[in-house]
Amino acid sequence: MQRTPLYDRHEASGARIVDFAGWAMPIQYPSGINQEHLAVRQEVGLFDVSHMGQLRVTGPQVVEFLRWSTLNDAGRLKHGRGQYSMLPNDRGGLVDDLYVYRDAELDYLIVANAGNVEVVASHLRELAELFDVELADESERWALLAVQGPGAALAVERVSDSDLASVRKNQTLDASIGACPVRLARTGYTGEDGFEVFVAPEDAGAVWDLLIEAGAAPCGLGARDTLRLEAGFPLYGHELGPDTNPLATPFAWVVKDKPFYGREAMWGVDPGRRLVGMKLTGRGVARQGYEVVDERGGPLGEVTSGTLSPLTREAIAMAWVRTSHAEPGTALSVLIRGQAHPATVVVPPFYSS
Amino acid sequence: MQTPDTLRYMSSHEWTSAPEDGIVTVGISDFAQDQLGDVVFVELPEVGRKVSAGDAIAVVESVKTASDIYAPLAGEVVAVNEALEDAPEAINEAPYEGGWLFKLRVDEPAAWEELLDAAGYEAVAEAD
Repeated sequence: MQRTPLYDRHEASGARIVDFAGWAMPIQYPSGINQEHLAVRQEVGLFDVSHMGQLRVTGPQVVEFLRWSTLNDAGRLKHGRGQYSMLPNDRGGLVDDLYVYRDAELDYLIVANAGNVEVVASHLRELAELFDVELADESERWALLAVQGPGAALAVERVSDSDLASVRKNQTLDASIGACPVRLARTGYTGEDGFEVFVAPEDAGAVWDLLIEAGAAPCGLGARDTLRLEAGFPLYGHELGPDTNPLATPFAWVVKDKPFYGREAMWGVDPGRRLVGMKLTGRGVARQGYEVVDERGGPLGEVTSGTLSPLTREAIAMAWVRTSHAEPGTALSVLIRGQAHPATVVVPPFYSS
Repeated sequence: MQTPDTLRYMSSHEWTSAPEDGIVTVGISDFAQDQLGDVVFVELPEVGRKVSAGDAIAVVESVKTASDIYAPLAGEVVAVNEALEDAPEAINEAPYEGGWLFKLRVDEPAAWEELLDAAGYEAVAEAD
Protein backbone atom coordinates (compact mmCIF):
# COMPACT_ATOMS: atom_id res chain seq x y z
CA MET A 1 0.00 0.00 0.00
CA GLN A 2 1.14 3.55 -0.69
CA ARG A 3 1.51 5.94 2.21
CA THR A 4 0.90 9.67 2.31
CA PRO A 5 3.49 11.96 3.95
CA LEU A 6 1.16 12.07 6.98
CA TYR A 7 0.97 8.31 7.53
CA ASP A 8 3.23 8.34 10.61
CA ARG A 9 1.08 11.01 12.23
CA HIS A 10 -2.11 9.03 11.59
CA GLU A 11 -0.58 5.94 13.07
CA ALA A 12 0.87 7.76 16.07
CA SER A 13 -2.48 9.32 16.90
CA GLY A 14 -4.19 5.93 16.99
CA ALA A 15 -6.11 6.15 13.73
CA ARG A 16 -7.53 2.95 12.27
CA ILE A 17 -5.76 2.50 8.94
CA VAL A 18 -7.44 0.80 5.98
CA ASP A 19 -6.59 0.09 2.37
CA PHE A 20 -8.38 2.70 0.27
CA ALA A 21 -7.69 2.44 -3.47
CA GLY A 22 -4.22 1.10 -2.73
CA TRP A 23 -3.43 3.73 -0.08
CA ALA A 24 -3.02 3.16 3.65
CA MET A 25 -5.48 5.79 4.87
CA PRO A 26 -7.06 6.63 8.23
CA ILE A 27 -10.72 5.58 8.28
CA GLN A 28 -11.20 7.09 11.74
CA TYR A 29 -9.33 8.45 14.73
CA PRO A 30 -10.02 7.26 18.29
CA SER A 31 -12.77 9.89 18.65
CA GLY A 32 -14.89 7.95 16.16
CA ILE A 33 -16.74 8.81 12.96
CA ASN A 34 -19.74 10.47 14.62
CA GLN A 35 -17.64 12.92 16.63
CA GLU A 36 -15.42 13.70 13.65
CA HIS A 37 -18.52 14.30 11.55
CA LEU A 38 -19.98 16.68 14.13
CA ALA A 39 -16.66 18.49 14.52
CA VAL A 40 -16.82 19.38 10.82
CA ARG A 41 -20.49 20.43 10.93
CA GLN A 42 -20.08 22.52 14.06
CA GLU A 43 -16.41 23.53 14.34
CA VAL A 44 -13.53 22.47 12.16
CA GLY A 45 -11.98 19.18 11.03
CA LEU A 46 -8.82 18.28 9.13
CA PHE A 47 -8.53 15.54 6.51
CA ASP A 48 -5.55 14.03 4.75
CA VAL A 49 -6.61 13.64 1.12
CA SER A 50 -3.10 13.31 -0.26
CA HIS A 51 -4.14 10.07 -1.95
CA MET A 52 -6.00 12.10 -4.56
CA GLY A 53 -4.17 12.65 -7.83
CA GLN A 54 -3.16 15.84 -9.62
CA LEU A 55 -2.69 16.30 -13.35
CA ARG A 56 -1.29 19.48 -14.87
CA VAL A 57 -2.65 20.36 -18.31
CA THR A 58 -1.00 23.16 -20.27
CA GLY A 59 -0.52 24.27 -23.85
CA PRO A 60 -1.94 26.52 -26.55
CA GLN A 61 -5.10 24.40 -26.95
CA VAL A 62 -5.71 23.59 -23.29
CA VAL A 63 -9.04 25.43 -23.18
CA GLU A 64 -10.39 23.67 -26.29
CA PHE A 65 -9.08 20.37 -24.95
CA LEU A 66 -10.73 20.66 -21.54
CA ARG A 67 -13.99 21.94 -23.03
CA TRP A 68 -13.99 18.80 -25.19
CA SER A 69 -12.86 16.25 -22.62
CA THR A 70 -14.77 17.46 -19.50
CA LEU A 71 -18.46 18.18 -18.97
CA ASN A 72 -18.30 21.52 -17.19
CA ASP A 73 -16.99 24.51 -19.14
CA ALA A 74 -13.36 25.00 -18.13
CA GLY A 75 -13.16 27.92 -20.55
CA ARG A 76 -15.49 29.93 -18.32
CA LEU A 77 -13.15 29.59 -15.32
CA LYS A 78 -11.39 32.76 -14.30
CA HIS A 79 -7.73 32.50 -13.34
CA GLY A 80 -7.34 31.39 -9.75
CA ARG A 81 -10.69 29.63 -9.60
CA GLY A 82 -11.88 26.03 -9.63
CA GLN A 83 -14.97 24.11 -10.69
CA TYR A 84 -16.49 20.70 -10.07
CA SER A 85 -16.51 18.71 -13.28
CA MET A 86 -16.79 15.23 -14.76
CA LEU A 87 -14.97 13.19 -17.38
CA PRO A 88 -17.36 11.52 -19.84
CA ASN A 89 -16.71 8.20 -21.56
CA ASP A 90 -18.09 7.32 -25.00
CA ARG A 91 -21.12 5.39 -23.77
CA GLY A 92 -23.01 8.03 -21.84
CA GLY A 93 -21.27 7.42 -18.52
CA LEU A 94 -18.28 8.73 -16.62
CA VAL A 95 -14.58 7.97 -16.27
CA ASP A 96 -14.40 10.02 -13.05
CA ASP A 97 -15.54 13.18 -11.37
CA LEU A 98 -12.96 15.93 -10.89
CA TYR A 99 -12.04 19.31 -9.62
CA VAL A 100 -10.53 21.58 -12.28
CA TYR A 101 -8.52 24.65 -11.28
CA ARG A 102 -7.35 27.33 -13.68
CA ASP A 103 -3.96 28.58 -12.52
CA ALA A 104 -3.28 30.79 -15.54
CA GLU A 105 -4.62 31.43 -19.03
CA LEU A 106 -3.18 28.19 -20.44
CA ASP A 107 -2.45 26.30 -17.21
CA TYR A 108 -4.93 24.03 -15.44
CA LEU A 109 -4.66 21.59 -12.53
CA ILE A 110 -7.04 18.64 -12.36
CA VAL A 111 -7.68 16.76 -9.11
CA ALA A 112 -8.97 13.21 -9.61
CA ASN A 113 -10.01 10.39 -7.28
CA ALA A 114 -7.20 8.26 -5.86
CA GLY A 115 -8.18 5.00 -7.48
CA ASN A 116 -8.74 6.63 -10.85
CA VAL A 117 -5.66 8.76 -11.44
CA GLU A 118 -4.04 6.40 -13.90
CA VAL A 119 -7.28 5.74 -15.76
CA VAL A 120 -7.99 9.46 -15.94
CA ALA A 121 -4.46 10.19 -17.11
CA SER A 122 -4.47 7.58 -19.86
CA HIS A 123 -7.97 8.59 -20.98
CA LEU A 124 -6.92 12.25 -21.20
CA ARG A 125 -3.66 11.37 -22.95
CA GLU A 126 -5.60 9.52 -25.61
CA LEU A 127 -7.95 12.45 -26.21
CA ALA A 128 -5.02 14.88 -26.06
CA GLU A 129 -3.48 13.43 -29.21
CA LEU A 130 -5.75 15.67 -31.27
CA PHE A 131 -4.80 18.82 -29.34
CA ASP A 132 -1.67 20.86 -28.80
CA VAL A 133 -1.48 20.29 -25.03
CA GLU A 134 0.88 18.80 -22.45
CA LEU A 135 -0.19 16.54 -19.60
CA ALA A 136 1.96 16.01 -16.52
CA ASP A 137 1.13 13.81 -13.54
CA GLU A 138 1.88 15.99 -10.50
CA SER A 139 0.49 13.56 -7.91
CA GLU A 140 3.94 13.07 -6.40
CA ARG A 141 4.45 16.81 -6.10
CA TRP A 142 1.48 17.49 -3.85
CA ALA A 143 0.18 16.50 -0.50
CA LEU A 144 -3.41 17.63 -0.06
CA LEU A 145 -5.14 18.53 3.19
CA ALA A 146 -8.75 19.62 3.63
CA VAL A 147 -9.69 21.97 6.48
CA GLN A 148 -13.47 21.92 6.68
CA GLY A 149 -16.17 23.40 8.88
CA PRO A 150 -17.60 26.75 9.96
CA GLY A 151 -14.37 27.45 11.86
CA ALA A 152 -12.09 26.56 8.93
CA ALA A 153 -11.26 30.10 7.80
CA LEU A 154 -10.44 31.15 11.35
CA ALA A 155 -8.19 28.14 11.88
CA VAL A 156 -6.28 28.78 8.64
CA GLU A 157 -5.96 32.49 9.39
CA ARG A 158 -4.45 31.66 12.77
CA VAL A 159 -1.50 29.93 11.13
CA SER A 160 -1.14 31.72 7.80
CA ASP A 161 -0.15 35.14 6.56
CA SER A 162 -3.44 35.67 4.73
CA ASP A 163 -6.68 37.52 5.23
CA LEU A 164 -9.22 35.04 3.90
CA ALA A 165 -12.36 37.14 4.22
CA SER A 166 -12.21 38.21 0.57
CA VAL A 167 -11.45 34.73 -0.75
CA ARG A 168 -14.59 33.41 -2.42
CA LYS A 169 -15.84 29.85 -2.78
CA ASN A 170 -13.84 28.01 -5.46
CA GLN A 171 -11.13 30.67 -5.41
CA THR A 172 -7.44 29.80 -5.00
CA LEU A 173 -4.72 31.77 -3.26
CA ASP A 174 -0.96 31.35 -2.80
CA ALA A 175 -0.11 31.72 0.88
CA SER A 176 2.14 30.43 3.64
CA ILE A 177 1.28 28.28 6.61
CA GLY A 178 4.10 28.63 9.11
CA ALA A 179 7.16 28.80 6.89
CA CYS A 180 5.64 26.53 4.25
CA PRO A 181 4.37 27.81 0.91
CA VAL A 182 0.89 26.49 0.18
CA ARG A 183 -1.83 26.85 -2.41
CA LEU A 184 -5.19 27.37 -0.72
CA ALA A 185 -8.45 26.65 -2.51
CA ARG A 186 -11.78 27.51 -0.91
CA THR A 187 -13.24 24.14 -1.83
CA GLY A 188 -14.08 20.85 -0.19
CA TYR A 189 -16.49 17.97 -0.27
CA THR A 190 -18.28 18.11 3.06
CA GLY A 191 -21.01 20.69 2.47
CA GLU A 192 -19.23 23.10 4.80
CA ASP A 193 -17.06 26.12 4.19
CA GLY A 194 -13.39 25.24 4.11
CA PHE A 195 -10.10 25.10 2.30
CA GLU A 196 -8.08 22.51 0.52
CA VAL A 197 -4.39 23.00 1.11
CA PHE A 198 -1.96 21.95 -1.63
CA VAL A 199 1.49 21.61 -0.11
CA ALA A 200 4.82 19.99 -0.95
CA PRO A 201 5.05 16.50 0.58
CA GLU A 202 8.03 17.47 2.75
CA ASP A 203 6.03 20.33 4.29
CA ALA A 204 2.79 18.40 4.82
CA GLY A 205 3.61 17.30 8.36
CA ALA A 206 4.43 20.82 9.58
CA VAL A 207 1.23 22.21 8.03
CA TRP A 208 -0.83 19.38 9.50
CA ASP A 209 0.61 20.02 12.98
CA LEU A 210 -0.07 23.76 12.78
CA LEU A 211 -3.68 23.25 11.72
CA ILE A 212 -4.22 20.75 14.55
CA GLU A 213 -2.73 23.29 16.98
CA ALA A 214 -5.11 25.88 15.50
CA GLY A 215 -8.00 23.74 16.69
CA ALA A 216 -8.85 21.43 13.78
CA ALA A 217 -9.90 17.91 14.76
CA PRO A 218 -8.23 15.14 12.73
CA CYS A 219 -10.86 13.31 10.68
CA GLY A 220 -10.71 10.12 8.64
CA LEU A 221 -12.26 8.89 5.43
CA GLY A 222 -15.24 7.48 7.34
CA ALA A 223 -16.41 10.95 8.35
CA ARG A 224 -15.53 12.26 4.90
CA ASP A 225 -17.98 9.73 3.47
CA THR A 226 -20.84 10.46 5.90
CA LEU A 227 -20.33 14.21 5.42
CA ARG A 228 -20.44 14.09 1.63
CA LEU A 229 -23.46 11.79 1.73
CA GLU A 230 -25.35 14.02 4.19
CA ALA A 231 -24.54 16.98 1.91
CA GLY A 232 -25.89 15.01 -1.07
CA PHE A 233 -22.61 14.85 -2.98
CA PRO A 234 -21.88 11.86 -5.22
CA LEU A 235 -18.90 9.53 -4.91
CA TYR A 236 -17.45 7.83 -7.97
CA GLY A 237 -17.95 4.06 -7.59
CA HIS A 238 -21.18 4.61 -5.68
CA GLU A 239 -23.51 7.14 -7.29
CA LEU A 240 -21.38 7.67 -10.39
CA GLY A 241 -19.69 5.17 -12.65
CA PRO A 242 -19.02 4.13 -16.25
CA ASP A 243 -22.73 3.50 -16.86
CA THR A 244 -24.34 6.45 -15.06
CA ASN A 245 -25.67 9.31 -17.15
CA PRO A 246 -25.01 12.49 -15.12
CA LEU A 247 -28.00 14.18 -16.78
CA ALA A 248 -30.22 11.82 -14.77
CA THR A 249 -28.67 12.98 -11.47
CA PRO A 250 -29.02 16.10 -9.32
CA PHE A 251 -25.60 17.06 -10.75
CA ALA A 252 -26.89 17.57 -14.30
CA TRP A 253 -25.93 21.26 -13.87
CA VAL A 254 -22.32 20.19 -14.38
CA VAL A 255 -23.04 19.20 -17.99
CA LYS A 256 -22.86 22.29 -20.16
CA ASP A 257 -24.50 22.44 -23.59
CA LYS A 258 -21.43 22.42 -25.82
CA PRO A 259 -19.67 19.83 -27.97
CA PHE A 260 -17.90 17.23 -25.79
CA TYR A 261 -16.47 13.74 -26.08
CA GLY A 262 -19.23 11.12 -25.96
CA ARG A 263 -22.03 13.68 -26.21
CA GLU A 264 -24.20 11.66 -28.61
CA ALA A 265 -24.37 8.76 -26.12
CA MET A 266 -25.33 11.08 -23.22
CA TRP A 267 -27.18 14.16 -24.39
CA GLY A 268 -30.91 13.55 -24.81
CA VAL A 269 -30.52 9.87 -23.94
CA ASP A 270 -32.93 9.02 -21.13
CA PRO A 271 -31.71 6.03 -19.10
CA GLY A 272 -35.20 5.59 -17.61
CA ARG A 273 -33.90 6.01 -14.09
CA ARG A 274 -32.90 8.86 -11.82
CA LEU A 275 -30.47 9.32 -8.96
CA VAL A 276 -32.45 10.41 -5.90
CA GLY A 277 -32.06 11.03 -2.19
CA MET A 278 -34.15 8.97 0.22
CA LYS A 279 -35.01 9.01 3.89
CA LEU A 280 -36.22 5.88 5.62
CA THR A 281 -39.36 6.66 7.57
CA GLY A 282 -39.05 3.81 10.08
CA ARG A 283 -36.16 2.06 11.77
CA GLY A 284 -33.29 0.51 9.83
CA VAL A 285 -30.32 1.64 7.77
CA ALA A 286 -30.16 1.38 3.97
CA ARG A 287 -26.76 0.34 2.62
CA GLN A 288 -25.12 0.27 -0.80
CA GLY A 289 -26.51 -2.55 -2.92
CA TYR A 290 -29.84 -2.88 -1.12
CA GLU A 291 -32.79 -3.19 -3.48
CA VAL A 292 -35.43 -0.45 -3.82
CA VAL A 293 -38.98 -1.68 -4.54
CA ASP A 294 -42.49 -0.29 -5.00
CA GLU A 295 -45.47 -1.02 -2.73
CA ARG A 296 -46.09 -4.34 -4.47
CA GLY A 297 -42.47 -5.38 -4.21
CA GLY A 298 -41.68 -4.63 -7.85
CA PRO A 299 -38.04 -3.68 -8.46
CA LEU A 300 -37.28 0.03 -8.84
CA GLY A 301 -33.53 0.19 -8.42
CA GLU A 302 -30.66 0.04 -5.97
CA VAL A 303 -29.18 2.00 -3.09
CA THR A 304 -25.78 3.53 -3.95
CA SER A 305 -24.83 4.89 -0.49
CA GLY A 306 -26.57 4.89 2.86
CA THR A 307 -25.94 5.54 6.50
CA LEU A 308 -27.51 6.90 9.63
CA SER A 309 -26.97 10.66 9.50
CA PRO A 310 -24.71 11.51 12.44
CA LEU A 311 -26.36 14.94 12.57
CA THR A 312 -30.08 14.19 12.26
CA ARG A 313 -30.00 10.50 13.30
CA GLU A 314 -32.18 9.70 10.28
CA ALA A 315 -31.41 6.88 7.88
CA ILE A 316 -30.41 8.62 4.66
CA ALA A 317 -29.45 7.17 1.29
CA MET A 318 -28.98 7.83 -2.36
CA ALA A 319 -30.33 5.41 -4.95
CA TRP A 320 -30.90 4.94 -8.65
CA VAL A 321 -34.65 4.36 -9.14
CA ARG A 322 -37.05 4.19 -12.07
CA THR A 323 -38.07 7.63 -13.27
CA SER A 324 -41.70 6.87 -12.36
CA HIS A 325 -40.70 6.86 -8.64
CA ALA A 326 -38.17 9.69 -8.62
CA GLU A 327 -40.38 12.67 -7.71
CA PRO A 328 -39.73 14.17 -4.26
CA GLY A 329 -42.32 12.86 -1.81
CA THR A 330 -42.76 9.52 -3.59
CA ALA A 331 -43.16 6.59 -1.23
CA LEU A 332 -41.06 3.51 -1.93
CA SER A 333 -39.36 0.78 0.06
CA VAL A 334 -35.86 -0.52 0.67
CA LEU A 335 -35.33 -4.24 1.19
CA ILE A 336 -33.20 -4.66 4.30
CA ARG A 337 -32.37 -8.32 4.89
CA GLY A 338 -35.47 -9.26 2.89
CA GLN A 339 -37.86 -6.96 4.77
CA ALA A 340 -39.45 -3.95 3.04
CA HIS A 341 -38.74 -0.72 4.96
CA PRO A 342 -40.70 2.37 3.90
CA ALA A 343 -38.80 5.37 2.54
CA THR A 344 -39.55 8.72 0.90
CA VAL A 345 -37.78 10.43 -1.98
CA VAL A 346 -36.24 13.72 -0.79
CA VAL A 347 -33.99 16.34 -2.34
CA PRO A 348 -30.53 16.47 -0.70
CA PRO A 349 -28.86 17.91 1.28
CA PHE A 350 -30.24 15.79 4.09
CA TYR A 351 -29.78 18.51 6.71
CA SER A 352 -30.32 22.23 6.92
CA SER A 353 -27.30 24.27 7.86
CA MET B 1 -9.10 -4.61 25.09
CA GLN B 2 -11.09 -6.15 27.92
CA THR B 3 -11.97 -9.82 27.78
CA PRO B 4 -13.53 -10.86 31.10
CA ASP B 5 -12.58 -14.45 31.94
CA THR B 6 -15.98 -15.15 33.51
CA LEU B 7 -17.49 -15.14 30.02
CA ARG B 8 -17.23 -17.43 27.00
CA TYR B 9 -16.86 -16.27 23.42
CA MET B 10 -17.36 -17.13 19.78
CA SER B 11 -14.82 -16.44 17.07
CA SER B 12 -17.52 -14.20 15.52
CA HIS B 13 -17.01 -11.92 18.58
CA GLU B 14 -20.12 -12.60 20.69
CA TRP B 15 -19.74 -13.09 24.45
CA THR B 16 -22.00 -15.35 26.50
CA SER B 17 -22.45 -15.31 30.26
CA ALA B 18 -22.45 -18.51 32.32
CA PRO B 19 -25.92 -20.10 32.46
CA GLU B 20 -27.99 -19.13 35.48
CA ASP B 21 -31.15 -21.20 35.80
CA GLY B 22 -30.49 -22.14 32.16
CA ILE B 23 -30.43 -18.52 30.96
CA VAL B 24 -27.42 -16.84 29.32
CA THR B 25 -26.87 -13.22 28.29
CA VAL B 26 -25.23 -12.44 24.94
CA GLY B 27 -23.47 -9.36 23.64
CA ILE B 28 -20.48 -8.39 21.51
CA SER B 29 -16.94 -8.17 22.81
CA ASP B 30 -14.96 -5.04 23.59
CA PHE B 31 -12.70 -5.93 20.66
CA ALA B 32 -15.72 -6.17 18.34
CA GLN B 33 -17.24 -2.85 19.40
CA ASP B 34 -13.87 -1.18 18.96
CA GLN B 35 -13.48 -2.64 15.48
CA LEU B 36 -17.01 -1.65 14.47
CA GLY B 37 -16.77 1.93 15.67
CA ASP B 38 -19.82 3.99 16.60
CA VAL B 39 -22.84 1.69 16.79
CA VAL B 40 -25.87 3.48 15.40
CA PHE B 41 -28.58 0.83 15.11
CA VAL B 42 -29.42 -2.58 16.50
CA GLU B 43 -31.91 -5.11 15.21
CA LEU B 44 -32.89 -7.62 17.88
CA PRO B 45 -34.74 -10.96 17.62
CA GLU B 46 -38.34 -11.51 18.69
CA VAL B 47 -38.80 -12.72 22.24
CA GLY B 48 -39.98 -16.32 22.07
CA ARG B 49 -38.01 -17.16 18.93
CA LYS B 50 -36.42 -20.62 18.95
CA VAL B 51 -32.85 -20.53 17.70
CA SER B 52 -30.11 -22.99 16.80
CA ALA B 53 -26.47 -22.42 17.60
CA GLY B 54 -24.93 -20.36 14.80
CA ASP B 55 -28.19 -18.77 13.60
CA ALA B 56 -27.85 -15.11 12.61
CA ILE B 57 -30.50 -13.58 14.88
CA ALA B 58 -29.50 -9.95 15.42
CA VAL B 59 -27.72 -7.17 13.56
CA VAL B 60 -25.43 -4.49 14.93
CA GLU B 61 -24.88 -1.58 12.57
CA SER B 62 -22.08 0.92 12.85
CA VAL B 63 -21.74 4.07 10.76
CA LYS B 64 -19.95 2.04 8.11
CA THR B 65 -21.36 -1.49 8.14
CA ALA B 66 -23.99 -3.97 9.25
CA SER B 67 -22.77 -7.04 11.18
CA ASP B 68 -24.71 -10.22 11.86
CA ILE B 69 -24.83 -11.47 15.44
CA TYR B 70 -25.03 -15.23 15.90
CA ALA B 71 -26.75 -17.29 18.58
CA PRO B 72 -23.94 -18.98 20.54
CA LEU B 73 -26.13 -21.82 21.75
CA ALA B 74 -29.47 -23.43 20.88
CA GLY B 75 -32.48 -22.26 22.87
CA GLU B 76 -35.21 -19.65 23.04
CA VAL B 77 -34.95 -15.87 23.16
CA VAL B 78 -36.41 -14.81 26.52
CA ALA B 79 -35.43 -11.13 26.63
CA VAL B 80 -33.89 -8.42 24.45
CA ASN B 81 -32.19 -5.19 25.48
CA GLU B 82 -34.85 -2.69 24.41
CA ALA B 83 -32.81 0.22 25.79
CA LEU B 84 -30.52 -0.19 22.77
CA GLU B 85 -33.30 1.05 20.50
CA ASP B 86 -32.78 4.60 21.74
CA ALA B 87 -29.21 4.26 22.96
CA PRO B 88 -27.26 1.86 20.72
CA GLU B 89 -24.06 3.62 21.81
CA ALA B 90 -24.29 1.61 25.05
CA ILE B 91 -22.63 -1.18 23.04
CA ASN B 92 -19.54 1.01 22.62
CA GLU B 93 -19.63 2.40 26.13
CA ALA B 94 -20.26 -0.81 28.09
CA PRO B 95 -20.21 -3.86 25.84
CA TYR B 96 -20.35 -6.32 28.75
CA GLU B 97 -22.99 -4.48 30.79
CA GLY B 98 -25.48 -1.95 29.42
CA GLY B 99 -24.66 -3.05 25.88
CA TRP B 100 -25.94 -6.63 26.20
CA LEU B 101 -28.12 -7.76 23.27
CA PHE B 102 -30.39 -10.66 24.25
CA LYS B 103 -30.94 -13.49 26.74
CA LEU B 104 -31.44 -17.11 25.76
CA ARG B 105 -32.92 -20.01 27.71
CA VAL B 106 -30.49 -22.61 26.43
CA ASP B 107 -31.37 -26.21 25.64
CA GLU B 108 -28.09 -27.59 26.97
CA PRO B 109 -26.43 -25.39 29.60
CA ALA B 110 -23.39 -27.66 29.61
CA ALA B 111 -22.66 -26.68 25.99
CA TRP B 112 -21.58 -23.26 27.29
CA GLU B 113 -18.34 -24.85 28.50
CA GLU B 114 -17.44 -25.70 24.90
CA LEU B 115 -17.38 -22.07 23.75
CA LEU B 116 -14.03 -20.25 23.63
CA ASP B 117 -12.61 -19.08 26.93
CA ALA B 118 -11.11 -15.60 27.27
CA ALA B 119 -7.59 -16.70 26.33
CA GLY B 120 -8.84 -18.68 23.35
CA TYR B 121 -10.91 -15.77 22.13
CA GLU B 122 -8.09 -13.27 22.52
CA ALA B 123 -5.90 -15.49 20.37
CA VAL B 124 -8.62 -15.51 17.69
CA ALA B 125 -9.21 -11.76 17.92
CA GLU B 126 -5.53 -10.94 17.68
CA ALA B 127 -5.24 -13.05 14.54
CA ASP B 128 -8.23 -11.23 13.01
